[in-house]
Amino acid sequence: MTFRVGIAQINPRLGDLKANLALYEEKIRQGEKAGVDLLLFPELSLTGYFLRDMVPNVALKLASPEIERLKKLSRKTSFVAGLVEESSDYRFYNAAVYFEAGEIRHVHRKVYLPTYGMFDEQRYFARGDRVRAFDSKFGRAAVLICEDLWHPSTAYLAALDGAAVVLCPSTSPLRGITDQQPQDDNARYWELINQAYAETYGMFVIYGNRVGFEDGVGFWGGSEIVAPSGRRTAKAKYYDEDFVVGEVNLDLVRRKRTMAPLLRDEDLDLTINELMRIRERPSEVKKTKVKSKKAKGKKKR
Amino acid sequence: MMAQIPTNVTLLRQILVSFIRNEVEKVGVHRVVVGLSGGVDSALSAMLAVEALGPNNVLAVMMPYKGSNPESLAHAELVVEKSSVEALTVDITPEIDAYFERFPDADAKRRGNKMARERMTILYDHSARWNALVLGTSNKTELLLGYGTLYGDMASAINPLGDLYKTQVWALAGAVGVPEVIVQKRPSADLWAGQTDEAELGFSYREVDKLLYLMVDLRYSRPELVAAGFAAGFIDEVVLRIMNSQFKRRLPVIAKVSHRTIDRDFRYARDWGK
Repeated sequence: MTFRVGIAQINPRLGDLKANLALYEEKIRQGEKAGVDLLLFPELSLTGYFLRDMVPNVALKLASPEIERLKKLSRKTSFVAGLVEESSDYRFYNAAVYFEAGEIRHVHRKVYLPTYGMFDEQRYFARGDRVRAFDSKFGRAAVLICEDLWHPSTAYLAALDGAAVVLCPSTSPLRGITDQQPQDDNARYWELINQAYAETYGMFVIYGNRVGFEDGVGFWGGSEIVAPSGRRTAKAKYYDEDFVVGEVNLDLVRRKRTMAPLLRDEDLDLTINELMRIRERPSEVKKTKVKSKKAKGKKKR
Repeated sequence: MMAQIPTNVTLLRQILVSFIRNEVEKVGVHRVVVGLSGGVDSALSAMLAVEALGPNNVLAVMMPYKGSNPESLAHAELVVEKSSVEALTVDITPEIDAYFERFPDADAKRRGNKMARERMTILYDHSARWNALVLGTSNKTELLLGYGTLYGDMASAINPLGDLYKTQVWALAGAVGVPEVIVQKRPSADLWAGQTDEAELGFSYREVDKLLYLMVDLRYSRPELVAAGFAAGFIDEVVLRIMNSQFKRRLPVIAKVSHRTIDRDFRYARDWGK
């Protein structure tokens, strides 16, 4: 099966849902004209990234009118939207919602919320608790948001759960100037891991990053589609708005996995057994806990 | 080999030009005002702004004092000529002299600070007149060392150079066409005759930049810095400078009494809604 994937490398307005929803509409129309079957929007591109205390103000319940509007927009073109999802118990998630044929088909809540250096996501967002592949009309896919993909376990789980395509909405800040290459250091690292996952698991990695600046922090763009061979079938501009379209041919997944059946050979039981052993291995933290329990017991005596 | 400060001028230029364009236009204006001192920092800021917004949208203000080195104004004029920006000269001598007539004992530091703040008020006045943002010119080296006047030359709306060490400013200035005489000359705040930054600081920018890059950007520990060849006394002096000037890099300290205090638990981006 072959389908056309578009990536909307946009520059959303921080905290302005209305303006960004209009931008989404514009890009979806553009995708329709370009014959795009599946369109990827960047992480939190419906809201902007450095939201801080704005998070509750831009959060959307899945039953909200804005989500209804997005559902309608997905009748022709399927797409992944990046937004703040509000749960029924008032938690706010950095989420990516997959819309297809007028319905929500999948919601991924970002699992790994970076809270170090320039990032502060865990202060504002609740943490997602699952990594799941899902069935779409384009076959089995998974959505992983930005930092999620920096944890190799998420790509591993997605692949083992049957994903032939990983969709990665991202809001990746440029940082680290080097003299060794034209792009910043963060761009280099992303391209490295996108290609490594594509080749390792024999899948398509579709990476959608944004551009623009928020409080002086720029986002590097460079969105891309990486085929299982490691070849880039679409590549957007660095540091500038763009809209790229590329073909995803699932036969290439078949070919790669035939030639290098690494997933077939993956020993799930081995991994599970070792992980369970590692989980039980006493860590410094657990040692402290054990000690405190003993101390309690002594007091009782 | 010690890690070198990267000077990828092509990339820096692209990012900073894009930064200026983005951050100016999202505010709903399309112009900037910049004070041209005749030095390399303000020349670079102005020329980057010209690339981002066009020469007609950049107002360069030259604000000499009677005691300023005449070379400074001449060099600023070179930049105006080269970049075709809108230009304005405001001699600050009358207001500075009028003020210090009342406080004739003021030392060079007070006078220098006053001049820097006087210039700031002029830039902000013209930013209102011209519906423009004030473009900053402070580089990372001087911001870290606190070598600037709070609410004076450190004041701006957006600053393209604040994450560039002086070493990088020089490299980029050469690449964007800042006149060679400005790139080559010894940096001076020109607040009094014969002043040079490096004499006042007691070390050279290139020397301290190497240290700052390893210490701040790469997070080298003190023993690692010593092992890399930096004198312990030099390291400690620089650390102390950074610590003691932290106040210049923050908002004034606010006494917390409410549940939501500005910048502590009332947290919004500057680009709120933009």
